[in-house]
Amino acid sequence: MPTTLAEALEIQRDEDATPMAGGTDLLVHWPEQLELHDRDYLDLWGIDELRRIEWSDDTLELGALTTYWDVITDAKIGAAFPLLVDAARQIGAVQIQSRGTWAGNIANGSPAADGVPVLMAYGASVVIASHDKHRQVPLERFYAGYKEMDLAPDELIVAIRIPNRTYRHERFIKVGSRRAQAIAKVGAALVSNGSGWRVVASSVAPTIRRCPTIEAQISDGEPLSSPDDLLPAIRADVSPIDDLRSTAAYRERVMSRVLYYAIEEMSHR
Amino acid sequence: MDADANMPPMSRPPIEVPFTLNGMEVTVSIDPAERLLDTLRYRLGMTGSKEGCGEGECGACTVHVDDIPVNSCLIPTYQVRNAQVRTIESIDPSDVGALLSSGATQCGACTPGVVMTAVWVREHPELLETHTLRELMAGNLCRCTGYDGIIDGVRRSLDEGQP
Amino acid sequence: MDRIEGLAKLTGAERYVDDLPLDGMLWGMTVRSPAPRGRVTGVHFGSGVDWSEFVVVDHHDIPGDNTVLLIETDQPLLAGEYVRHAEEPIALVAHRSREMVRRAIREIEVTIDPDPPIFDFTAEPTQDQIQHGSDNALKRIDITKGDVDAALVRAARVVEGEYRTGSQEHVYLENQGMIAWEEDGVLVIKGSLQCPFYVLKAAVRALGRDSDHVRIVQTPTGGGFGGKEEYPSMIALHAALLALKAEQPVRIIYDRGEDMRATTKRHPSLVRHRTGVDGDGRLVAQDIDVALDGGAYVTLSPVVLSRGVIHAAGPYACDNVRIRGRAMLTNSPPHGAFRGFGAPQTHFANERHMDVIAATIGIDPDEFRRRNLIVDGQTTATGQRITDGTDRVALLDHALELSSYHERQDKHRSLNASHPYLRRGIGLAAFHHGAGFTGSGEVMLASELHLAGLPDGRIEVLSANIEMGQGTLTVFTKLVCDRLGLRPEHVVIADADTGRVPDSGPTVASRTTMVVGRLVDDSDTGDRVTQAIIDWHVERDEPLVGHAKYEPPPGIEWDETTYTGDAYATYGWATYVAEVEVDLRTYTARVTDFVAVQDVGTVLHETLARGQIQGGVVQAIGWALTEECAWSNGVMQNNQLTNYIIPTSDDVPPIRVSFVENPFAHGPHGAKGLGELPMDGPAPAIANAVARAIDADPRAIPLTPEHLMDLLSNGR
Ligand SMILES: Cc1cc2nc3c(=O)[nH]c(=O)nc-3n(C[C@H](O)[C@H](O)[C@H](O)COP(=O)(O)OP(=O)(O)OC[C@H]3O[C@@H](n4cnc5c(N)ncnc54)[C@H](O)[C@@H]3O)c2cc1C
Ligand code: FES
Ligand code: FES
Repeated sequence: MPTTLAEALEIQRDEDATPMAGGTDLLVHWPEQLELHDRDYLDLWGIDELRRIEWSDDTLELGALTTYWDVITDAKIGAAFPLLVDAARQIGAVQIQSRGTWAGNIANGSPAADGVPVLMAYGASVVIASHDKHRQVPLERFYAGYKEMDLAPDELIVAIRIPNRTYRHERFIKVGSRRAQAIAKVGAALVSNGSGWRVVASSVAPTIRRCPTIEAQISDGEPLSSPDDLLPAIRADVSPIDDLRSTAAYRERVMSRVLYYAIEEMSHR
Repeated sequence: MDADANMPPMSRPPIEVPFTLNGMEVTVSIDPAERLLDTLRYRLGMTGSKEGCGEGECGACTVHVDDIPVNSCLIPTYQVRNAQVRTIESIDPSDVGALLSSGATQCGACTPGVVMTAVWVREHPELLETHTLRELMAGNLCRCTGYDGIIDGVRRSLDEGQP
Repeated sequence: MDRIEGLAKLTGAERYVDDLPLDGMLWGMTVRSPAPRGRVTGVHFGSGVDWSEFVVVDHHDIPGDNTVLLIETDQPLLAGEYVRHAEEPIALVAHRSREMVRRAIREIEVTIDPDPPIFDFTAEPTQDQIQHGSDNALKRIDITKGDVDAALVRAARVVEGEYRTGSQEHVYLENQGMIAWEEDGVLVIKGSLQCPFYVLKAAVRALGRDSDHVRIVQTPTGGGFGGKEEYPSMIALHAALLALKAEQPVRIIYDRGEDMRATTKRHPSLVRHRTGVDGDGRLVAQDIDVALDGGAYVTLSPVVLSRGVIHAAGPYACDNVRIRGRAMLTNSPPHGAFRGFGAPQTHFANERHMDVIAATIGIDPDEFRRRNLIVDGQTTATGQRITDGTDRVALLDHALELSSYHERQDKHRSLNASHPYLRRGIGLAAFHHGAGFTGSGEVMLASELHLAGLPDGRIEVLSANIEMGQGTLTVFTKLVCDRLGLRPEHVVIADADTGRVPDSGPTVASRTTMVVGRLVDDSDTGDRVTQAIIDWHVERDEPLVGHAKYEPPPGIEWDETTYTGDAYATYGWATYVAEVEVDLRTYTARVTDFVAVQDVGTVLHETLARGQIQGGVVQAIGWALTEECAWSNGVMQNNQLTNYIIPTSDDVPPIRVSFVENPFAHGPHGAKGLGELPMDGPAPAIANAVARAIDADPRAIPLTPEHLMDLLSNGR
C-alpha cells in the first residue's frame, strides 16, 4: 500500500500489479470476476500527491486521483473548462462521481467514456511516469485501437495537463439511454476558438477520436443545410457498430443530428 | 454470528485494515479481494447496506466514505484504511421522520442507500444551488415508490431542518 | 398512521433473507442448461476441483415427484433428461465458501443434444418444434358476447390494428433468495416470497413430506411485483434439497445477473383488433385476438391469459365481442406473474387502438371514449352488468381537466410547428382492472384469516398475506385499529409462517387489501377491548382465536367454462393522461407530466395508496419507453442493470395522483384493490402522446429511441 508516488513506481517496476484508483471500472460485477481476485493490485488511493490540482499560467494539471466530484465542486475549473463539469455531471451518479477518476477513465480505454472526449477536445495531454522517467503524450495520440494504449506495464498516469486557452464555443453532448446512470450510445465534444473546430466523437469507433473530416467541413466548408450534410464526413471519421446498447444506424444518424443542431445553435449565438 | 461462514476461504493472505466505522475505531482482518460491502455485511454483521446489483448502478449499498456517498460494492476494503466510513446503522429513527411520513420506503430494499444519500444532501443543502434533488438522488434506483415519496421526504427534511 | 415497519426499513434494521446469520451455513448455487432445448447427455465435473468438499444434488436426490407443482406439473425441479429452456436448473452445488461454489460451478459442463427450439410465439410451430399438446398452446380461452361477424358486416366502419408488447423484468431491488434447514424433523424454508402456501404445496409434492413437516416462512420481501409469486418455489426447493443432503443449513441468494437471466418476466404479447363502429362513433363489434408468449412451461400462463382476455375489450360497452386468447409455448424461460397479469398487455392494445379508431373516423380520442365508456346498467365483455354508481365519463373529464388536456394540445401545436427538434404531445388511456381474483377463484381459494387475542391484551392477526412493500402490515393494522378502537401498538401481525397462519390465499393482484382486509373487517372478534382479552386469559387457559372465511359478495355468478358472468366482484376504473416530449435529435421520448385519476373505492391509507400508484406508473413508464430484454437463443443478454434500463429519479416527472372515492360495499370500509391499475394505463397513454407529438403511429412498445427512429424513417 504505497503512500508516495516513488514507492508506487518501484512496485510497478518490480511487480505485475494492476493499478487500482477509484475501482469504479475494476470492481463492477466483482464477485463473478473470479479471475481478477488472485491478481495483485497497486492501490493508488493512498497517494495524496496524486490528488493535486494545479494551475499554472498556461495549464491546468489534474493529478491522477482527481475525481469527477472534485471537478464538479471546483468553481474555477467550471469557469475555465465548463465541458469538464458538463461531462462529470453526466457520469454515473454522485456515488460514481465521488470515486471515479479522470485518469481511470483514460486508462480504462472504453470507447464510450465521457471524461476522455472533453479532455481530448481541450487538447489535454497525459503525463506518464515510470520509476526512471516522465513523459507526456497528447491524449489524441494515446489510443492505438480498442483498449490499446500508449502505456507500458511499469508506467502510471500521474496527471492530466490541459492547456489553458479560451474558446468561443464549447459543447459536450452525451446521448445515453436515460438521464443518469447511463453509458453513452453517442457522444461528442466540440470546441472552437473562432478560427477552427476540434471535434471529438465517442461510442462510434473502437477508440474515442478526433474527427478531422468533420472538423474540416465545419471549419472551412459550406454552411450546413441539414444533418444529412454531415453524414459523409461522419462515415469518413468513425465506424459505429451494433451492440447491446444501440445500433450502428442509430449512432450514425444521431451523431449527424446532434452535431448539426449543436453547430447551428452555437453559430447563431 | 458465524461471520467467516460467509467469507471466501483465505487462500490469499489476510490483510489488516484499520478505519473509523460510524465513529468507532475498528480494525478488520480481511481477504484482499473483499469489497467494503461484504466486509460490512458478512464480516461485521452490519447488514443494513444491501446488494442490489454489484455493478454500481442501484445504490442500495451506498455508504459515506469521508463524508461523500459511494457504492460500497465497488470499493476494495483496503481502500478505506484510515478513512471515516458511515453506514445506515448510524442513522437514528429520529433522523428519518420526514422520509417515513412522506412514503419514502415501500419494500425497503433500496431504502438504506436512499437514506444515506438523503442524509448527505440534508447535510449539504448548498448542493441544491447547483443540482436538483432528482439529479442528486439518481444513483439510488427504486422500483416501488416512483421516487415521489423519496423526493418529497428529502425536501421536507430540508425544510424542517432534520435529516 | 405511518408505515408500521417503515422505521426498521429506514434505519437498516429490517432483516431480509440475505441478512440472516446462520451457524455452519452453506452457500448453494445452481448449474443451468446452456441450451434452449434438447436431451441432457452429460453433466461433467471438472477434475480440477476436489468434489468431496462440495454437496452436489441432481434430480436423483428428489425424494418426491420431480416437479414444481403449480397449476400443472410439467415443470421439473431439476431437469433430468430433457431441457426446454436455457438457464433451466439441472444440478445444485453447495459449499461453505461462496467463492468456492462460484469457482466450482464453472468447472461443471453440461452437454445437450439439441432439438429445434421455437422462440417466436406468433409463428406457426413446425412439427419438430411442437412440445405441448398438438400445437404448443399452453392454454386457450375464448369469450363470446353477441354476434360479432354479423355486427362487423353492419358496421359503418371497420378498423383493424395489431399491437405488440415486449417482455419486462421485474427488477425487485432485492434479488431472489431462500434459506433452508431441518429442525426437529421439520424442514424450515425461509425467504423472499409472495405466496407461502404455493411453496408449501410444491414442497409437499416434491419432497414427499406432509405439510406438518415443512414450514414456509416469509422474510421481509424486498419487492415482488409478481416476480416472487411462482419462482420462489423453485429456489426454496433447491435450498431444501441441498440442506437435506448436507444436513446443514443452506442459503441460495441469486445475484442480479442470475436473477435476470433465470427467473420470470412479463409475457410478451401480440394483440389484434378488428373493430366495428357505427355512424355515431359507437362500438358495435370488437373482435380481438390475444397471443401471449408463455415460455417453456405452463406455470401461471393460464391465469395471466385469463386476466388478459377479460380486460381485452376495455371499459367500454359493446354488444358484440369476441375475444380469442392463447398462451403459446416457446423455449424461453417461463414468463410469469407480473403486476397486472396480462391486462397491461391487452389494455395497451385496446387503448392504442381506440386512438387509432378515433383518428380513422375523425373524432377526438377523448370524445370517442366518452361515447363508449360503460354507463351503469351496461355490460362488460363477459356479460357482467355494471351497477356500481361510478361515473366513468366524469372520471375521464376530471383527468382531462387536471392535466389541462385541451389547453396543452394548443400549446403543443404551436411549439411543434416552430421548434427545430422538440415535439410535444399529450395522450390518454381509459381502463379498468378487476379487484381480487377472477370469477370463482376467490371461492376456490377459500381464504381464511384468524385473529388472536394475546395474553397481554394485544390482537394478533394471522394471515398468509405478506408485506412486500405494498403496505399490507400497515393496512391490516389500521383496519383492526379502526374496527376495534385500538392503537397500533395493540396490534401485531404474525409472520407469514405456514406453521402458524391459515391459508389466506396468495398475495397477488392487490387482492390483499380488498379481500383479506374484508376478512379483518368481518372477523368475529367483534369489538372486544384489550381488557376483555386479558380477562379471557386470566380466567381460562385456552387461546382466544377468531376465525373468518371469505364470503363472496351476494349475487356473483361466474361460468368458468364459457367465461361469462361476473368476472370480478368489482372493478377499479381509471383515466391516465401522459404528456411527452420527443427530441428529434436523439429520437428520445420523455414523460414530462403524468396525471393518474382512479376510482379504487375508499382509500384506506392515502400515503400508501398514492405510493402504490406512483410506483406502478413509473414501472409502466419504463415498460413503455426503455425496458427491453435483448434475447439471443432464449437467453437474456442485457441481464445487468446497466443495460436493462429502468427509470431513475431524474427520468420521470412527479406523478400526480387523484382518487375518486366511490365505496365498494363488500370491500373493507369500501376499498377495492389498486396495485394493478397503475401498470395498465401509462403505456397506452404514453404511446398515444408520442403518436400526437411526432405524428406517427406506434404499435409496439418499448418506444426506445432506436425504435422511434425506425418508426419515423419507415414513413409512419
Ligand atoms: C454505475 C457506473 C456508471 C458509470 N458511468 C459512467 C459514465 O457515465 N461515463 C463514463 O465515462 N464512465 C462511467 N463509468 C465508468 C467509470 O466510473 C469511469 O471510467 C471512471 O473514470 C474510472 O475511474 P476509476 O478511478 O474508478 O478507475 P479504476 O476502476 O480504478 O481503474 C480503471 C482502469 O484504469 C487503470 N488505472 C486507473 N488509474 C490509473 C493510473 N493512474 N495509471 C494507470 N492506470 C490506471 C486501472 O488499472 C484500470 O484498468 C461508470 C461506472 C459505473 C460502475
Ligand atoms: S449493489 Fe452497489 S450499486 Fe447496486
Ligand atoms: S422501496 Fe422498494 S425499491 Fe425502493
